[in-house]
Amino acid sequence: MPVSNFVNWADMIRFLPEIILTIMGTALMVLDPVLHRRSSNAFGHLSILSLAAAMAASVFAYSDPGTAFGGMLVVDGFATFFRVLVIGVGILTVLPSYRFLHRQGAETSEFHALLLYSIAGQCLMASANELIMIFLGLEISSIASYILAGYLRDDKRANESALKYFLLGSFATGFFLYGVAFIYGSTGTVNLSAVHAALTGPNPPSLVLIGVAAALMFVGLGFKVSASPFQIWAPDVYQGAPTPVTAFLSAGPKAAAFAVFFRIFMTAFAPIANGWEPLVWISALLSMTIGNFAALTQANVKRLLAYSSIAHAGYVMVALTARSDVGTAAAMFYLAAYAFMNIGAFAVVSHLSGKGERYQNVDDFGGLGQKQPLTAAMLSIFLLSLIGVPLTGGFFGKFYIFKAALESHLVWLTVLGLLNSAVAAYYYLRLLVVMYMREPSEATTNAEPLSLGLSAALILPALGTLVLGIFPSWVLDFAGKSSSLIK
Amino acid sequence: MNLPTLLLVLPAVGFLIALLLPRSSPHASRTWALVISLATFAVSLALPAMFDRNTAGEQLALNVPWITTPDIHYYVAVDGIGLWLVLLSTFLTPICVLISWRSIQNRAKEFYAFLLLLEVGLIGVFIAQDLFLFYVFWEISLVPMYFLVGIWGHERRIYAAVKFFLFTMAGSVLMLAAIIYLYNRAGTFSYPALVEMLQSGRLAFAPNEQLLLFLAFFLAFAIKVPLFPLHTWLPDAHVEAPTAGSVMLASVMLKMGTYGILHFCLPLFPSASRTCAPWIVVLALIGIIYGALVSLVQPNMKKLAAYSSVSHLGFVVLGIFSFTQLGFDGAVYQMLNHGISTGALFALVGLLYERRHSLEIADYGGVATAAPWLSTAFLITTLASIGLPALNNFVGEFLVLQGAALANFKWAIYAAIGVILSACYMLWLYQRVFYGEVNEEIRSHLPDLNLREWALVVPLIAMMVWMGVYSQSFLPAVGKTTARVLSQTQVNVPFQVQARPQTEVARAR
Repeated sequence: MPVSNFVNWADMIRFLPEIILTIMGTALMVLDPVLHRRSSNAFGHLSILSLAAAMAASVFAYSDPGTAFGGMLVVDGFATFFRVLVIGVGILTVLPSYRFLHRQGAETSEFHALLLYSIAGQCLMASANELIMIFLGLEISSIASYILAGYLRDDKRANESALKYFLLGSFATGFFLYGVAFIYGSTGTVNLSAVHAALTGPNPPSLVLIGVAAALMFVGLGFKVSASPFQIWAPDVYQGAPTPVTAFLSAGPKAAAFAVFFRIFMTAFAPIANGWEPLVWISALLSMTIGNFAALTQANVKRLLAYSSIAHAGYVMVALTARSDVGTAAAMFYLAAYAFMNIGAFAVVSHLSGKGERYQNVDDFGGLGQKQPLTAAMLSIFLLSLIGVPLTGGFFGKFYIFKAALESHLVWLTVLGLLNSAVAAYYYLRLLVVMYMREPSEATTNAEPLSLGLSAALILPALGTLVLGIFPSWVLDFAGKSSSLIK
Repeated sequence: MNLPTLLLVLPAVGFLIALLLPRSSPHASRTWALVISLATFAVSLALPAMFDRNTAGEQLALNVPWITTPDIHYYVAVDGIGLWLVLLSTFLTPICVLISWRSIQNRAKEFYAFLLLLEVGLIGVFIAQDLFLFYVFWEISLVPMYFLVGIWGHERRIYAAVKFFLFTMAGSVLMLAAIIYLYNRAGTFSYPALVEMLQSGRLAFAPNEQLLLFLAFFLAFAIKVPLFPLHTWLPDAHVEAPTAGSVMLASVMLKMGTYGILHFCLPLFPSASRTCAPWIVVLALIGIIYGALVSLVQPNMKKLAAYSSVSHLGFVVLGIFSFTQLGFDGAVYQMLNHGISTGALFALVGLLYERRHSLEIADYGGVATAAPWLSTAFLITTLASIGLPALNNFVGEFLVLQGAALANFKWAIYAAIGVILSACYMLWLYQRVFYGEVNEEIRSHLPDLNLREWALVVPLIAMMVWMGVYSQSFLPAVGKTTARVLSQTQVNVPFQVQARPQTEVARAR
């Protein structure tokens, strides 16, 4: 019997990125003893190659969009966008980690293997069209990230971070799974399109059950994107985890979780949107406000960026509240811009933190503008983008989100959100002040010169931020085309 | 190439090249900044030559799509107001380079790069005709000024820089919301198209809607002006900024606010502007008198000049909200006058500071003996600032007072008090600094103007005289545009007449 009876090649191509990432992740672990003796950089090179291959595969898969494995997966513009995004995040995480891992004496293949697994899970989340697949993707991504958070196993803070992340994270995933069970129980299906059909069909299931299911999933996903009131874990975990991992956590899993958030709520739960909209409204406002106001007083940069990432999750929740295709496109754009600026900012933190991550405070950035003008200039671009100054991706992201919100008549949310972004300017400015207007600190005086990987890890996101700020159409047109999800 | 675009491109390219210059050679950065800013000024001189003074509309336009969704255009053009403000910016930038020539030694490369970027932002604000583009330049101009104050300023520079940034940012985010709202309603960011739609009645706002939109725009502009009581960032920023920063801030950046009010607020929201006019005029009058009174008691020269700006800008706002042709013309002319004379004032104070490293009035006295030419320049600036006839401020203040008197005679009376007070504080300042006992330290350590300083002082004084003696070079182009703005503000007035009885009914209750 020919193989093609078992294997549908079109399906396999649509699943190719995940396949590549899983195989290469495993290969890295197996090759560890062989490669370790030659060059510790080999792992990094190999994982960048695998990610590049996976990215190419994602783009290639989009040449023939459609569903795979009987509707369990879907490759559409939305899925491809997020696949490319999380893989890009992966590359930008690996680049600064060469130096970081070397400095911490922790150059093993596990770091890269776990990263590839986690990204495979996120790719699956982006393309899953069925609650069980989403759950699998979520778990693959999460479990790998729990371990990554505690990767420096001799570091007390990293251990605390990993444990906290694991306990709270698995609890949240439990909530999500419970919601899935409710959906299956009341509609008899886990396929998103089928759930949508059941809700709009002639015999809709009990709204109470569906409402409970939606609420449970909201809790689970709200945790994953660190939206308020499920954001408490984020500052501790972000602070304790190794900095490249923090950068990754704040961009990759978050983007994938938002992809799932939008896919579920904009397709399966679209018929009950009037019910969940107020919840998301409140969550958006709380996230923005708590994130921004708590960040005002932080002395630790990683903690500060953690709170800022809560606030940014709030902005994306505003896009969800708009519940329109424009809002979805705005969120896609925003997450791309956010990935660039945030990973870039964390790359600078990782560069400066020194052995054992001693230097993490705002004051440690003192005089960076004099000591390392290029690093400081790049960080300034990221910070200005996080503030939302024009000609950066962050500005256009906010602009599109609030435009979508106003189109959906969310005037108050827009006004409060924009005022929030003015508050946020204060704490980002603090970093700029310290960098340019204070005397050099111990950390900046002793900082090593930029390595090749780090330069790339700074310049690429900076270019990305500026390109998104000056030619936003390039990304936005694609996002706009792919934002109307199949219902 | 489109002339306004060229005026953006030159300093922008200058900025990028300035970033690439070697850090080790501050002289290269200085020279480069001077060359590029002079080139920009030279090119900008073609602007009034090519500008047709007999038409009121936007001229020398370039309109190309920038972003497809939403429909954002790179749309630049100049009208009779923007024309002169662009020239003011290009005129003052080389002067600022000259002022900083010796005083900025630390990180000179970045300083001059930021100065050129600031010029890009300022010119952009005055030529952008697409609301979105306008907002982009509005925010961009904030960043270099923040760094100029924060890095090269005096002791409390960080506080001043952050306060400046946050005040402006807080005001402008609401303007952004209003801009998006306008787009969602009208489907375009193009300012001329919006005005055309409003004039033809294809776009109309409900009274409440219009009021909120007006306030969102106005707040952003009023903070920048600054209108009392939103002025508190200004004394801090002015005092702490390096001389070039103070000059650009006072001369050009404050005009962004008044330009915005005249160019955007009034034509876009005519009836809301007229409804709010009495309240705003009261704030402007308070600003005029309060600013002057506070100036009177300042022991610090820069702070005195800063509060005098609050007072002077009150005149501009008064002129605008008098809704008369004379008031509008006077307001625009006063914007330019204030740019020249307060710019000169800050520049001269900067020269004194370079010599004696103090801004306190008490540390000076008898400077006229040691530096007679410097004192003469300061005297002319003082006289211009208090509105002596044949110098520039007189024309503007006269027109504003006349316009205000036409609208409401009492306004003119209160504003005139401000004129009298300005004579008090400026002349008293002059007396204390330049006359009186001269101590030995001042006599021996306070040299007169050198060649570079002559080069920056003479153009400023020449402009004061020219603008005071022959205002006809400037006013006709202004008048055409302001007349059009005035006619645009009359379009929705019938609506206001209908609304008035209702408010009176409400008041009666």
